[in-house]
Amino acid sequence: MTQTQNDNIVLKATGISKTFGGIKALDGVNLEIHAGKVNAIVGENGAGKSTLMKILAGIYQGYEGRIFLDGQPADFANPKEAQDNGIAIIHQELNLIPYLSVAENVFLGREFINRFGLISYRRMHRETKKLLDRLDLHISPRAKVSELRIGQQQIVEIAHVLSLNARIVIMDEPTSAISEHEIEVLFDLIRSLKAQGVAIVYITHKLDELFQIADTVTVLRDGKYVGSGLVEELSHDDIVRMMVGRNIKDFFVKSDTVKSGEVLSVRDLCLAHPERPGDYIVKHVDFKVQAGEVLGMFGLMGAGRTELLETIFGLHPKASSGSIFINGQSARINSPNDAIDSGIGFITEDRKQEGLVLQMSVASSISLASLKQTERFGFLSDRLETRLARGYVDRLKIKTPSIRQIVENLSGGNQQKVVIAKWLATDPRILLLDEPTRGIDINAKNEIYRLISELAQKGLAIVMVSSELPEIMAIADRIIVLSEGKRTAEFARSQFTEEAIVKAAIPKSLKLQTLQKTKDQKCSN
Amino acid sequence: MLELKAHKALVVKFQSLFALLLLIVILSIFAENFFSKNTFWLVLTQVSINMCLSVGMTLVILTGGIDLSVGSVLALSGVIMAGLLKNGLEIPSLNIFISFSLFGAILAGLIVGSFLGFFNGLMITRFRIPPFVATLAMLTIARGLTELWTGGAAITGLGKTFGYLGTGRLLGVPVQVWLCAAIVLIFVIVLRKTRFGRYIYAVGGNEKAARLSGLNVNRIKLLVYTLAGALAAVGGLIVTSKLNSATPSAGDGYELDSIAAVVIGGTSLNGGKGSVLGTILGVLIIGVLNSGLNILEVPAFWQKLVKGFVILVAVAIDKLNTDK
Ligand SMILES: Nc1ncnc2c1ncn2[C@@H]1O[C@H](COP(=O)(O)OP(=O)(O)OP(=O)(O)O)[C@@H](O)[C@H]1O
Ligand SMILES: [Mg+2]
Repeated sequence: MTQTQNDNIVLKATGISKTFGGIKALDGVNLEIHAGKVNAIVGENGAGKSTLMKILAGIYQGYEGRIFLDGQPADFANPKEAQDNGIAIIHQELNLIPYLSVAENVFLGREFINRFGLISYRRMHRETKKLLDRLDLHISPRAKVSELRIGQQQIVEIAHVLSLNARIVIMDEPTSAISEHEIEVLFDLIRSLKAQGVAIVYITHKLDELFQIADTVTVLRDGKYVGSGLVEELSHDDIVRMMVGRNIKDFFVKSDTVKSGEVLSVRDLCLAHPERPGDYIVKHVDFKVQAGEVLGMFGLMGAGRTELLETIFGLHPKASSGSIFINGQSARINSPNDAIDSGIGFITEDRKQEGLVLQMSVASSISLASLKQTERFGFLSDRLETRLARGYVDRLKIKTPSIRQIVENLSGGNQQKVVIAKWLATDPRILLLDEPTRGIDINAKNEIYRLISELAQKGLAIVMVSSELPEIMAIADRIIVLSEGKRTAEFARSQFTEEAIVKAAIPKSLKLQTLQKTKDQKCSN
Repeated sequence: MLELKAHKALVVKFQSLFALLLLIVILSIFAENFFSKNTFWLVLTQVSINMCLSVGMTLVILTGGIDLSVGSVLALSGVIMAGLLKNGLEIPSLNIFISFSLFGAILAGLIVGSFLGFFNGLMITRFRIPPFVATLAMLTIARGLTELWTGGAAITGLGKTFGYLGTGRLLGVPVQVWLCAAIVLIFVIVLRKTRFGRYIYAVGGNEKAARLSGLNVNRIKLLVYTLAGALAAVGGLIVTSKLNSATPSAGDGYELDSIAAVVIGGTSLNGGKGSVLGTILGVLIIGVLNSGLNILEVPAFWQKLVKGFVILVAVAIDKLNTDK
């Protein structure tokens, strides 16, 4: 690999190594960051990308190697010092304070003070509004962060970093949770930051994005530096080969499975809006899934997909109406516990808040939802738990030094696999998946696709929500599209076209404004 | 050091053990009579009450809650046992009189304690009252009930059999120490080896994730507060039996000692992290410190100061070790 030569290197790191409890997360990594460029960093889950970024941002100390900022040796004792030197980071795992407002989060620690020494909320809200407008996010600066969807939270993080006016902006998988439209907005923003000479460090698992936005790319594998180069000189396959160390097969396509009878049937499902009486988040949705079938559920952010899955899983017993049939029998699901008893598993979108107890070990996390099976004579058996956890660690190739490791210390992608393992351990008949490949590297993604396909083959009924169109088209047997809480279209595999699916997903209100009038898909109610 | 970090929990545990040993060594040097068989049993019997309360407190704090009412619940359970044993239960309006056997009276006290804990849990889970507030209210309510029940006077003269628990010995070991050891053993096993125990950690670590994993969070909390109430009642039993009388002011401020013990033992107030074993060490550290300072004849005001600083130092060291 040729080293990209450029004299506007703002930051250079050489020979960076970092050890966690005897495990080498980084091993002699080199990195050059150029001003006015998007410097991408790629690598599989657990390659050490986030760790490297946390070192640059002053979060971790006690590493080996040297960092030069503008040619001068630098060593940040804390995040504040890095920030003062113009380095800002958008974390992979969101770091907002849930009970503070959007504006309070954006300006946390840097609140505007009026002449009486009090916080000037008016100014803070105004400034926040400006930032949000730039990001095309239409929420109130007063909204509590806890009320926002994860994608919206991600954008608030971006607003926060934007407000810091940093010279080096690190983005650790900023697009893993946001919609297509928001990605476009973010890319525009990145381009304008670039034009201002800001150096962007960009981490992603979506390799297509590299070719849209990145200038240089650095590849890490198992904590080691593999190489770097100019994106324009590299092909998709080159990068994958560097990441994985070998050629891998192209995008997964699900093989046909035998469908054998309807397992889940949802009829006339409605979910009331928690704040606006009379309004609904999910509106009269019907669908059916057969054993062995993967039903894809597509929609833009805010279309009500997550809420639909939550309702099926018994999270909104009071606000919802409609009926659910499992194997033809009417099922009363008033709590997640009921849902699990009915054989439903739910892989949630937000692993940190909803999927995992971060302080628990990998083994305890995997067994949590099916702890009964590790019980012997009324007591938990370490042996049974170990066997259960080992099985899934091997099967899903979860990268962890030991099954007693705390899940918080795993890389993001491996945490996701632990969540999947937890649900597979409950031996479900119906699996609901909400953005299951969020933050997962291509190799692991393919593994998960294969796994989903395998599970379908075994006769599970699978409902998968995804915002990634290529993914959902590859893996689903059938796709239904939600828009503003309504089912707007359904496609069988032979009818899949990107255009038709996207068209059905765009809300009516937007369509009238921005598109030519098109005939609406008939609503199902 | 790096290798040690991999076993953080172990280090923390040993750290309190080390602190306890250090404390014993220091006190043995300064107080001549300290290192003796007598002091050994003295400390163990003195900590028995706090041990009961702290085991319950550990469960509560592990779920991310707190129970400020244990001292008052202890008092109420104690006076109920004493009152029923001595005077029976008389309801003049219905012309009813029930007399209680020893076991009946003790059982009634335990039931009352458990019920108060259950009531705490109900307020916290059903009505979403924060644990701090719900149990603060119970602290006052239970104390009020205690005074109503006794009319403000101590109930004395409970008989020799009742006193056996607080003063007697079995195989050379004080009965109350046997009782505590049994309780500790049960809850070590519950936390480490049962589903309920595991669920307590999950609820405290991430309540939402626990609920989504199918755990009945409310039921778990309800049970935990009920157990805390029951254990407070056991504390009430020990105090009453020890003094052979029940005073309405018993247990005043005990909640603070037990919270201190739990925290010194390395359990996180945020929930989800900690152990009964840590708490035992916390209880012993406070107990040893108390008796040591007494033997050294340190004035009461100074004792408070010392205890306060010990709490700060213990938690600070713990934090420094776990954060980095
Ligand atoms: N605080 C920690 N304690 C122990 N091990 C850690 C810690 N943080 C990271 N690791 C380990 O270091 C390795 C690198 O993790 P890192 O989070 O940097 O990966 P990543 O490249 O960002 O992966 P992903 O794409 O999944 O986010 C992993 O094996 C992880 O388990
Ligand atoms: Mg990462």
